[in-house]
Amino acid sequence: MTTIKSLEDLKKLREQALEKRKAKSASGSTQVIVAMGTCGIAAGARDTMKAILETIEKEGISDIIVTQTGCIGLCEREPIVQVVVGENPKVTYGKVTPEVARQIMHDHIQNGKIVENHVIPM
Amino acid sequence: MKEISLHLLDIAENSVAAKASNINITVIEDIHADRLVMVVEDDGKGMDAEMVKKVVDPFVTTRTTRKVGLGIPLLKAAAEACNGYLTIESELGRGTRLEVVFQRSHIDRMPVGDLATTLLHLVIAYPEIHWVFKYQVDDKVFLFDDAPIKRELEGIPLSDPDILSYLRAEIENGIGEIKPADSW
Repeated sequence: MTTIKSLEDLKKLREQALEKRKAKSASGSTQVIVAMGTCGIAAGARDTMKAILETIEKEGISDIIVTQTGCIGLCEREPIVQVVVGENPKVTYGKVTPEVARQIMHDHIQNGKIVENHVIPM
Repeated sequence: MKEISLHLLDIAENSVAAKASNINITVIEDIHADRLVMVVEDDGKGMDAEMVKKVVDPFVTTRTTRKVGLGIPLLKAAAEACNGYLTIESELGRGTRLEVVFQRSHIDRMPVGDLATTLLHLVIAYPEIHWVFKYQVDDKVFLFDDAPIKRELEGIPLSDPDILSYLRAEIENGIGEIKPADSW
């Protein structure tokens, strides 16, 4: 249950998050999109999404938006993840297992290096 | 799909695609009545009667330009294999209510699976939607409404690492406290 106590906790978390934002200069936001159509889910996209969120928690990655989308018409390449870093063009990855997702989070999101062998040319 | 919670993710995606602002999810494990019920209600754009027929049984009609997926027929078949059913009530401009029922003890009933992960992902991925989730096991209820949380956060994204941990704990603990050991 969402108790009053836990809402107070939330207030603290909010203040912490605000502090962190202030400390971090405008580095440009990052967006991660996980394709979660029937095809994606059947191919394991929920585990992929789970790995992404766990990495965010573990590594404390802020300034990142994670969202889902439906089938994008490449069902055979699912699970599919798209990454947009700042002003850079969108990169679409295919066959993103949880392991590949962790690699994308590390190489691409944190170090700006695209994971070439999983890129789907669009 | 191997879990009811994966189907839930799939069905909820339909509500998102229908541009819903409010999505209510209810999962009830009624052990005494031997029923497992999942309801997804939205205030999205709704469907006319013909469209409802198509999404439930995409192969009876000739193919049109409209895209109809297999998520709902798969879930319907799974429910019917377990003495259950799937119904859809929908009205254009008003929204859609999908209800699926399984005989809970049926040998072929797939496990409920990781309900907490499904819910967490929906809440994180679609922050503009107001999510209300109710999980009930007999007379024990876990209710999760994301509105007070978002109000408290005032614009801090839900995907912030600390907020993410908070949400995960809130949902996992709430479900974990009442989930029966035998269905997972």
